[in-house]
Amino acid sequence: MFEEFLGRYPYLITVALLVIGLYGMLAKRNLLKKVIGMSIFQTAIFLFFIQGATKWGATVPVIDPQRGTDPAHYVNPLPHVLILTAIVVAVATLGVSLALLLSIYRRFQTLDERQILEEAKRYT
Amino acid sequence: MNQLPLLLPISFLLFSIISVLAGLWRRELGYAAAVAGAAVGVPLALWGLFRVLSQGTVRYHLGGWLPPFGIEYVLDPLAAFMASIITVIGLLALVYARWSVHHEVPEKAPVLYPVALLLLAGLTGIVVTGDLFNLFVFLEISSLSAYALLASGRGQAPLAAFRYLILGTIAGSFYLLGVGFIYFSTGSLNMADVAERLPLLYESRALLAAAVLMVLGLGLKMALFPLHLWLPDAYTYAPSAVTGLIAPLMTKVAGYALIRLFLDVFGPGYLRDTVPVTVAIGWLAAGGIVVASVMAIAQRDFRRMLAYSSVAQVAYVALGLGLANPLGLIGALLHILNHAFMKGCLFLVAGGVRYRVGVWEVPRFGGLGRHMPWTMAAFAVAALGMIGIPPTAGFFSKWYLVQGGIAAGNWAFVAVILASSLLTAVYFFRVLERVYAAPLSPGVATSRGSDPPTGMLVPILILAGGVLVLGIINSIIVSQVLEKVVAPLSGS
Repeated sequence: MFEEFLGRYPYLITVALLVIGLYGMLAKRNLLKKVIGMSIFQTAIFLFFIQGATKWGATVPVIDPQRGTDPAHYVNPLPHVLILTAIVVAVATLGVSLALLLSIYRRFQTLDERQILEEAKRYT
Repeated sequence: MNQLPLLLPISFLLFSIISVLAGLWRRELGYAAAVAGAAVGVPLALWGLFRVLSQGTVRYHLGGWLPPFGIEYVLDPLAAFMASIITVIGLLALVYARWSVHHEVPEKAPVLYPVALLLLAGLTGIVVTGDLFNLFVFLEISSLSAYALLASGRGQAPLAAFRYLILGTIAGSFYLLGVGFIYFSTGSLNMADVAERLPLLYESRALLAAAVLMVLGLGLKMALFPLHLWLPDAYTYAPSAVTGLIAPLMTKVAGYALIRLFLDVFGPGYLRDTVPVTVAIGWLAAGGIVVASVMAIAQRDFRRMLAYSSVAQVAYVALGLGLANPLGLIGALLHILNHAFMKGCLFLVAGGVRYRVGVWEVPRFGGLGRHMPWTMAAFAVAALGMIGIPPTAGFFSKWYLVQGGIAAGNWAFVAVILASSLLTAVYFFRVLERVYAAPLSPGVATSRGSDPPTGMLVPILILAGGVLVLGIINSIIVSQVLEKVVAPLSGS
């Protein structure tokens, strides 16, 4: 039982973070909290990739003459590279979402979704 | 010229930067650079299409790294077909944008053109890439530019774009998670390589999770019912040139990605036979067609009606995929092409009416047919195409879908397609009646209404002409291009 938990706990943490992020994005009324939820959600996916690349007793993927060329001695670099790219994408998404929040706040003077919708009804 | 697949997204990216710099110097030059960039894409894509059809698939290995290690770009008949649609619609919408954007959101003009080119770069990137992770990157490039473009409208536009951003990010992340599952079970990201390794894993639960996550993510991006809730608001409040660019392309390219996964990554053997994913997509699509058509009937706002109609029309593409037989898939791909022209034309017409008369509400369209004869003639052609009256293009894609439904023995889908044509007729004839038969509305009578300026009218007329021409030459498109695309299905 405990062994099984030890083997799988990174997945449980990933799932927990995914759910927290989704909850924040879908259930919160404050738009800024939605953005925070979005960041948690994306981070969970990054962690999922990174934990998939870890190996006990392995080192950085630069060939070391003492260890030879056995792939078991080196960490898989590809998921790290993918996640670097994905982090760039996430930063861009965060930037665009904050820019949208700024323009929403300037227009409606609030970030509360319900108040914005009421305000918008009067607009049109 | 084996760099051809990469040239499409790269040239859009390059011209996007040129357009920013030129726009900083002189506004007009920024626009000119953007149109030049879009204009370069059209011959590239069409030449690519002819070359692929005559000499076979073009593959380019980025940086000289051979697959499965490097990123591969593949221009095959399906990719070249999609790239041609994207570049042609992109060029027409950008030409149109100058007058329309200048009228609706003049202060945003210098930013909109480069971002529109970024959108085109992302969309063409999605269709030419042969790498699952690279597809995610291009998907996010196109989505990010779409959020920015949609947010540039007035009123609620930023809020609608923000909601789209939240749902779009969930969709992209689901797709990425699916890619992770595939990578950790196969050790590869190259589509062709993954496709070779997957049959050994058909029983694996990780693969099932990957398939479900990727289909969910792309379904959300393509506004597959019931994941379409972001779409109507986003399309309604955006500037009309932006909707004219995004509505015909975005959801369809996500549909393309689904079709690509079905044909070339998971393979029909998995998504159709092992796990009934295509069946689920088909039934969701059938539900979406009916619900969205009824919602479209209930709308007073012309753009909102068109947006709901978009949800219904993209569901046809999903329905063709759901049938998962060659005829159904030909119908789906032909509908991607036809709907891009029809919906592009309709949204540009909406912008034209806005430009001259300044109204969105259908009840105030009375007598427009006399004031804007050419625009409304184009509208009538596109509307008949949406309903599916021969010889317009819309008839033929529905014809293939119905044939596919009959071949699959799925009479419910056939009934849905026929019934939805009637529903489509209801909401378009309602507008046509106002435009041609009703007395002049007060707003129309006082406006100096006439057809919009040539720069706006020409793209509208080209798209409307396209609806007729594509209908007439549809058998050539099907026999030359689409039958090659669906060949793997007919074999199995």
